[in-house]
Amino acid sequence: MSARVGIVVYPGSNCEHDVAEAVSALGASADLVWHSETRLDAYDGVVVPGGFAHGDYLRPGAIARFSPVTVALEEFARRGGPVLGICNGFQVLTEAGLLPGALQKNRGLTFLCETVDLRVETTRSVLTQAAIPGQILHIPINHFEGNYTCSVATLRELRDQDRVILRYEANPNGSVDDIAGICNVEGNVVGLMPHPERASDPLLGSIDGRVLLEGFLAGAVVRR
Amino acid sequence: MDEALHRALGLTDDEEAAVRGALGRAPNELELAMFAVMWSEHCSYKSSRLHLRRLPSEAPWVLVGPGEGAGVVDAGDGIAVAMRIESHNHPSAVEPYQGAATGVGGILRDVFTMGARPIAVMDPLRFGPLSDARSRWIFEGVVRGISGYGNSVGVPTVGGEVVFDDCYADNPLVNVFCLGVMPTGRLTLGRASGPGNLAVLVGSSTGRDGIGGVSVLASAGFSDDAADQAKRPSVQVGDPFEEKRLIEACLELLDRGLAVGVQDLGGAGITCAVSETASKGGVGMDVWVSEVHQREPGMVPAEVMTSESQERMLAIVTPGHRDEVLDLCRRWEVRAAVIGTVTGTGRLRVLDRPGGEVLADVPAAALEEDKPLYDRPRARPRGLDELRADDPGRLDPPTDPGRDLLGLLADPSWIYRQYDHQLFLNTVEPPGGDAAVLRLKAPGLPATRRALALSSDGNARWCALDPRAGSALTVAESCLNVACGGARPVALVNCLNFGNPEHPEVMWQLSESVDGIAEACRALDLPVIGGNVSLYNESRGADIDPTPIVAVLGLIDELVRRPPGVTLVDGGLLLLLGRTEPNLGGSRWAAECRGHRGGTLPALDLELHGRLLALVAGLVSGGVVAGLHDVADGGLGVTLGELAVRSWLGWRVSGIRDHAELFAESPSRVVVCVTGPAEAAEVRARAATAAIAATELGRAGGDRLVVEGLLDVALEDATAAWQGAIPRALVP
Repeated sequence: MSARVGIVVYPGSNCEHDVAEAVSALGASADLVWHSETRLDAYDGVVVPGGFAHGDYLRPGAIARFSPVTVALEEFARRGGPVLGICNGFQVLTEAGLLPGALQKNRGLTFLCETVDLRVETTRSVLTQAAIPGQILHIPINHFEGNYTCSVATLRELRDQDRVILRYEANPNGSVDDIAGICNVEGNVVGLMPHPERASDPLLGSIDGRVLLEGFLAGAVVRR
Repeated sequence: MDEALHRALGLTDDEEAAVRGALGRAPNELELAMFAVMWSEHCSYKSSRLHLRRLPSEAPWVLVGPGEGAGVVDAGDGIAVAMRIESHNHPSAVEPYQGAATGVGGILRDVFTMGARPIAVMDPLRFGPLSDARSRWIFEGVVRGISGYGNSVGVPTVGGEVVFDDCYADNPLVNVFCLGVMPTGRLTLGRASGPGNLAVLVGSSTGRDGIGGVSVLASAGFSDDAADQAKRPSVQVGDPFEEKRLIEACLELLDRGLAVGVQDLGGAGITCAVSETASKGGVGMDVWVSEVHQREPGMVPAEVMTSESQERMLAIVTPGHRDEVLDLCRRWEVRAAVIGTVTGTGRLRVLDRPGGEVLADVPAAALEEDKPLYDRPRARPRGLDELRADDPGRLDPPTDPGRDLLGLLADPSWIYRQYDHQLFLNTVEPPGGDAAVLRLKAPGLPATRRALALSSDGNARWCALDPRAGSALTVAESCLNVACGGARPVALVNCLNFGNPEHPEVMWQLSESVDGIAEACRALDLPVIGGNVSLYNESRGADIDPTPIVAVLGLIDELVRRPPGVTLVDGGLLLLLGRTEPNLGGSRWAAECRGHRGGTLPALDLELHGRLLALVAGLVSGGVVAGLHDVADGGLGVTLGELAVRSWLGWRVSGIRDHAELFAESPSRVVVCVTGPAEAAEVRARAATAAIAATELGRAGGDRLVVEGLLDVALEDATAAWQGAIPRALVP
């Protein structure tokens, strides 16, 4: 049985087709969902893709959190639906309060588009459940505001509850504790700055993103 | 009529007289402003058109040649590829971030208004030396502007090149190339037709930014700092988020067949768009100023008509589709307003409101088709013969060729790391190699296994010595880059960056350069499907070195594996395809290591070059070689050096006897790395069939770069020199 994936499209999103291509190649069916949509119950899993929602004006994700679809997303997540925020999608999820912390400008104050090594820290999230702890994944990053930060108390919580799912091997952007991705307490809502969909085809140089997307799709099917 | 007004607007006295002739009366201020922008060098190509005609532009696969928004070729499988290159040099000198950003925005509009989805941008850049604080400011601002706009609008920047040279210190070059793809049936031209049809202005509101951009900024040189600062209001301000929505709205408009013609608004704003669409369509048009969405109150009609506010386009729509078009735009949150109507009169009229007062009334054809055409005087630069006679081969050999080699290595990743070069999952070979290799894939496109290779190239050092030979060499190099990606070159666009055309030496350079490009393109069966001319690149009376930039599109019939790219394999055998002519004339070594810019350029055999292109593309697509790199800037030394630092592997080679053989930039050479003797034999056999020399150089491996009897450098030192070149220069 194939997972039905909804991919949220805000004005200014730009990775929606890439995510659709990557999850379709893994057997899922993918729909693009315009940001004015108020219902997501047709989907087994929802992805908020990368890009510049609403131009990233004011602050990345700050306007997107008020789009109707974001409200539907909160409801979808509350009921345990798998939600994956990639890059700008991660920023939207933190702005919407679905994940703690915030993404600030990179330490070097430049945009960074390059492939980095990530270490899988836990399999308790829907995204990392098919991976192996300690596994190194070669996956591209592409962001200006990818420097994860949070309060000391939140960081302690994230660590104590095993919610840091991916760490950078060589921290490219200044993220606290080398954090590249986190999940919520239940593990069904995940956000990461790297782009697994960009590492899903051998012609593009890496297929290490597949194990993450496969985990997410498996989690989506299980829920049906 | 105020005698000074036409001059202030950039028209000569003769041109003003021609306007009177076209109208049969004196123009009013608005009419004069409209002629001034349409007849500016930037819009009219009045100094260069005569020469551009000599470029070959036809081939069976060309769907649209020069003169439209973009050139278009048939890529097969029902897919058309559109491409265009433009300069945004002067705006970037005045306001680096916005100048570069709006350069990206403008080139995208040229492509998507023809129905093609932009899938790749490349940026050939030229700056003064980074030791100069102002050049650093311009360089960092331009890169940030391209990054800020290109990433946000959602089009990957997959290539480009950068050169630092004194001649660009006050006049940087920012050229922007864009490639788009479409199902062949979506191809749309910027034509108005059908009297009664509506002119719909789509996109951003119209403000006072960028007024006179093409006439004041792009069609004059720079003088002193205070006057240049005063030009700052002529630079437009970009909004990539608006452009992103405009792209989606435009492509849906054309997908659904709701527009009979679309034209982007670039230089000269509404005036240019309406006169081009009307004159090309052989119709007239009425434009109503009151219907144009204005960003601020109190704008006068001349401002509305010539504003270069960004992110706008003009769609010609039948009355029956009016509501559908407005609805579609509303859904994409893009502003749209009917601002005029197509008429059968052949007159372009500007009215203050529908049925209102006529503010301007000119024959549409006069703006576009009666534009001036100059055969400006040409003269071979004084001192050129002496310069050519001054052969750098007579310079003393370097005491330490290794140190010279390290000085010539520079990793450009500081630049392209700031560009999203992966979006759309097409980038098979990223920036930094010989050519970007892209899958041919986009939403709405038929599935295909074909792929594209792209390269942009320019070499002002060569062209300063010999613009004709230098331009031909540039075309040859760009084609070879594309062949290294496994592709066959199918089309070229050029951006001719030159100095002041009123200087006879500059016109001579331009004319020679056009002939050089034409000669190479004819020999290589490569149509020139579009281009741009940027003149008045001068500062304080000094012209830049002639800098023709070319971008070549290559087609790969079936992409089955990643091309190997610029890399070595441990223990691999290194072979040189082609022969070295030990001539240091015009070389980077002579210029950068010795400050010497004389000599004659190495010879180019275009017939041999064509055979080499086919040989190399076959070796790559056949999977015969494990790595390769063409020989260009910096000669064999830099080619081998880059292979080493990019693979973190050394090499040991022999048979390079002196610094001239190491650094000469003679064309038609490629270094290939093969895994073993069987592959080497295969390379030799194929090279023999193509009548191309194949010489064994040595072997890859170890942690030193060794040319027996000439140089011996630690890989670690080479890597540090390469990686640090740009970052070090930015922290003085």
